Amino acid sequence: MGNRTGSSPVLGTIKKDTLQKYRWYPAVFCFLVLDHGGMGLRKLNVDLVTATVAQLCVEACRELSADVRALLEQARNEEESAFGCFILDQVLENLEVAAREQLPICQDTGICVVFLEIGQDLHLTGGDLEAAVNAGVRRGYQEGYLRKSVLSPLTRINTFDNTPAVIHTRMVPGDRLKITVAPKGAGSENMSRLKMLKPADGIEGVKRFVLETVAAAGGCACPPVIVGVGIGGTMEKAALLAKTALIRPAGTASSDPTVAELEKELLALINQTGIGPQGLGGKVTALAVQIETYPTHIAALPVAVNLQCHVARHRSAIL
Amino acid sequence: MVRIRELQTPVGKEQLATLASGDLVNLSGVLYTARDAAHQRLVARLEAGEPLPFALENQALFYVGPSPTPPGKIIGSCGPTTSSRMDPYTPLLLEQGLKIMIGKGPRSQEVVQAIQRHQAAYLVATGGAAALLAQCVKKAELIAYPDLGPEAIYRLEVEKMPLIVAIDPDGRNLFARGAKEEAPLEQEGME
Repeated sequence: MGNRTGSSPVLGTIKKDTLQKYRWYPAVFCFLVLDHGGMGLRKLNVDLVTATVAQLCVEACRELSADVRALLEQARNEEESAFGCFILDQVLENLEVAAREQLPICQDTGICVVFLEIGQDLHLTGGDLEAAVNAGVRRGYQEGYLRKSVLSPLTRINTFDNTPAVIHTRMVPGDRLKITVAPKGAGSENMSRLKMLKPADGIEGVKRFVLETVAAAGGCACPPVIVGVGIGGTMEKAALLAKTALIRPAGTASSDPTVAELEKELLALINQTGIGPQGLGGKVTALAVQIETYPTHIAALPVAVNLQCHVARHRSAIL
Repeated sequence: MVRIRELQTPVGKEQLATLASGDLVNLSGVLYTARDAAHQRLVARLEAGEPLPFALENQALFYVGPSPTPPGKIIGSCGPTTSSRMDPYTPLLLEQGLKIMIGKGPRSQEVVQAIQRHQAAYLVATGGAAALLAQCVKKAELIAYPDLGPEAIYRLEVEKMPLIVAIDPDGRNLFARGAKEEAPLEQEGME
């Protein structure tokens, strides 16, 4: 091809020396495509995502993770009120029955919140990732006999398969995919709140808002609750931080000492309210307070409080 | 001190009168399931002067939307849902003779007054203890609104369902007591 002057319909008229000069380019192009599009990137078929999400949905709804279970056992030991003990005994016995009978812990198996952390060196193949996640939710809720609670917000017509999931996607370094499934019931979600505080409100304002939210929720959020708090960022960032705080292993403190101190103080204040298990009075209103923060604007102080009932479900897998 | 009572539904006047706020109850007998959408339809029928799919006289309603029934089981998990969402419909149903409601969380002042006016009672089950409560259900029969899926009305027969009397026929309210205990929080003060 280097021997003749190009006059093909594709290349048009190109001078011979130009073709000579660039003669290695097709080879280099092919190498790059093969290397980065094919051999170098780890491939993952989204069918595996579907199967994994389905399994995580069923497991999350039937069995609490050890972190939450440990906090509930501790709560039972600390509780002194007769109603509180009656309720926490049932909560713990219910976990045994659910595992034994292969039934969901709570009939409200929630709207499915799915966090995806996608390694930037991972190549997902075989179809649309979000469609694959939703196919997993559909399969899990069908095969696991989980309740389908998702519907159109205005017509109130049910989708009958619990899809779509609420999917939060984040790109991270590496070539793995981390999937966290966190089915969220409406009892506690409905009592969650967000407020754009003024910078002058400061930490005291944040504390007041968190306490007001827990008090207003009373028995409706199915206490003992886990309180997820997002502070900073923008309106939607604060809400997402609060949700993210809830999927941290339950009862683990923030790595930021100031935030960890605030978590401890708020937990003590919430448990002084006397709201107690199911709002019938007692020492244990919250099992944990978990806070995530993010820098915000000089004029802003967004705070979101996402309440989580004692059936704090979250399950992860790394593919 | 806390008393544990046996209670049978449908419930008679004398039996109801002995219930006191704070009693622990083992409830056995018949319950009808109904939550938001079913309440909406029941009330719409009453307002249109049409008969209900079942008679409410002396009956008990359980605010629940069970998870689907797996093969070989009587019912899926069936814990209580938040009762306050049913508050707008409740006084009208109490007028029709409804005597017992089972759910979770507090009720509105209007409902507390209607409970007292009609000599009824509100009992709470443990929210989230749904697999445990399913073990109390011995029979489940779909009787209305199958199109509502988990919100359809079922007639349940239950045995020894563990409950707490939250609002008694005299209007004594366990949640009002809880609210008072919240008071120190504000003084403790965030300012």
